[in-house]
Amino acid sequence: MSDTISDPATTLEVMPDAAGHFGPYGGRFVPEALIAALDQLTEAYASAGQDPAFRARLDHLNTTYAGRPSALTEAERLSAHAGGARMLLKREDLNHTGSHKINNVLGQALLTLRMGKTRVIAETGAGQHGVAAATACALLGLECVVYMGEEDTRRQALNVARMKMLGATVIPVTTGSRTLKDAMNEAMRDWVTNVESTHYLIGTVAGPSPFPRMVRDFQRVIGDEARAQVLALTDRLPDAVAACVGGGSNAIGIFTAFLDDPGVRLYGFEAGGDGVETGRHASSITGGAPGVLHGARSYLLQDEMGQTIESHSISAGLDYPGVGPEHAWLNDIGRATYRPVTDAQAMDAFSLLCRTEGIIPAIESAHAIAGAVEVGRELGPDSIVLINLSGRGDKDVDTAAAWFGVVTGEPA
Amino acid sequence: MTTLAETFARTRSEGRAALIGYLPAGYPSYAGCVDALVAMVESGVDIVEIGLPYSDPLMDGPTIQQAVEAALAAGVTTREVLKTVEAVAATGAATLVMTYWNPVERYGVGAFADAMAAAGGAGVITPDLTPDEAEPWLAAVASAGIDPVFLVAPSSTAARIRRVTEVSRGFVYVASTMGVTGVRDAVSDRAEALVARVRPVTDLPLSVGLGVSTAAQAAEVAAYADGVIVGSAFVRRLIDAPDPAAGVAAVRALAVELAAGVRAARH
Repeated sequence: MSDTISDPATTLEVMPDAAGHFGPYGGRFVPEALIAALDQLTEAYASAGQDPAFRARLDHLNTTYAGRPSALTEAERLSAHAGGARMLLKREDLNHTGSHKINNVLGQALLTLRMGKTRVIAETGAGQHGVAAATACALLGLECVVYMGEEDTRRQALNVARMKMLGATVIPVTTGSRTLKDAMNEAMRDWVTNVESTHYLIGTVAGPSPFPRMVRDFQRVIGDEARAQVLALTDRLPDAVAACVGGGSNAIGIFTAFLDDPGVRLYGFEAGGDGVETGRHASSITGGAPGVLHGARSYLLQDEMGQTIESHSISAGLDYPGVGPEHAWLNDIGRATYRPVTDAQAMDAFSLLCRTEGIIPAIESAHAIAGAVEVGRELGPDSIVLINLSGRGDKDVDTAAAWFGVVTGEPA
Repeated sequence: MTTLAETFARTRSEGRAALIGYLPAGYPSYAGCVDALVAMVESGVDIVEIGLPYSDPLMDGPTIQQAVEAALAAGVTTREVLKTVEAVAATGAATLVMTYWNPVERYGVGAFADAMAAAGGAGVITPDLTPDEAEPWLAAVASAGIDPVFLVAPSSTAARIRRVTEVSRGFVYVASTMGVTGVRDAVSDRAEALVARVRPVTDLPLSVGLGVSTAAQAAEVAAYADGVIVGSAFVRRLIDAPDPAAGVAAVRALAVELAAGVRAARH
């Protein structure tokens, strides 16, 4: 598939509406100072969508730089642990920079150039989006500043080093819980101050309109490719599609191609942390309530006063108290099902995939594996489960080694 | 309740701009905040703006963030914010709440507007709610009889300025600069240019905020605006004070200086 950016004429007909609403979710809850920039971005994105040269340049980068299309791997030994269901892995872990994040950053970095802006800011949790943003900026000659919670700079020191090597400035954020949500606050503060020169390259399908729609469109290449690959391999559509959900960009990326296939069940696996019942988790849909955070209405973890509650997950990339508004809507209309996967279940699946398939997944993606194994057991041996393996686990080796006790000494 | 319209009518009749002072509720404590706000009113602040502490204050710089984090850590609640409104409104000063949107939604949009009115509040400033998403809020404030205050920014187009001024009541909050709250060495010259763009579009008073901290800056802004909003400078006085009493004294001293500033302006 070369259709890496969808035709606005078809996507806008469905969702969101012109103001960025997915049912009651989405929209724009931002300071007035940012409205002009969001309008500029909306226009630049619309004109890029109709410009064959823009699409051609993005397609070219995707194939010659990012490594698209990514492979579809049949996980035959994993199947035995999933009730005999056929398990098909969409290998976003094989992309340049090691995750699906590259799909979005290349698109938005090209838009930055198109808008005549010279500086990019980004927030990052695990560092995967920060590394991808730094990569795209190095490639296209843009200045890059990445905000990262101080807590996460410790958990993901390797990715901090990668970003710096790529020429980005990494700013540790010391306010609030010192994690992804605070990095996003700080990026917003930078943006409102420097908006004339700066594009805020949001890494997920959250934030004010047009980000949820635009990031979805840049990520839908995952599902568009996978749908064709599954059809070519099996002569039919999968019974289920599984992905992990933090902000939810890899999940939206693979879900979108199947939204109009009613026979295909869509499953999003949220980070259950210590278990939703413990209150220490990052399951915004399963364990949160609708509200407004970071520019959009969606499900979020909040107390009775509307203060954001800190999230908890072994996976820095899923450790976020909100979720993209389209997921909130897909949940409410029953098109997708969201379930929590605990740290322990995710790490069991991490180990399982390492040992059955020789693939070390990102801990984020291990949540999808854990959930998909359950779905495979539920659907039985004649079923086909497509799993978005959204990233590789190189960045997580320290965390995993400490979890499994395979090395002695200080955990990172 | 003293309304914003009454207050601006009075300051206009006195030939000067109104002084608007901000503190977040619950800092350094519920009582300490009320004491400081009452001291402001006694020292020449015309309109009080009470911040509702929020976990993700993305329009605020480090000074206000620090105070808000402390207030939240000490357990401030929305009900305490409303109690603060009641205590300050009892002085006779027009009293506003400045709040990010999610705490209002969580409290209940209609319930919050009604509770503000019941506490004697004059209006609510919503920095992350623009007119585009404000339909339920506009209905709620109209029914409660309080004023919704929206912001214009230097980046606002003519069409946006028309939209914001159409739905604002009481006054329009003119953000002096592109940026977050905080003390600045100079008030951006974009403020005066923005006031000049908004003035022909509306009869509402125009109050300038972001970056005003000294009497000289207050006088400079008061020469072209109807209201001068000071926040971080007051909060800074409380943060730097060795004890709550010294904090109240420092807030009082700043209010006296700023009140002289808005009276010294040449109109």
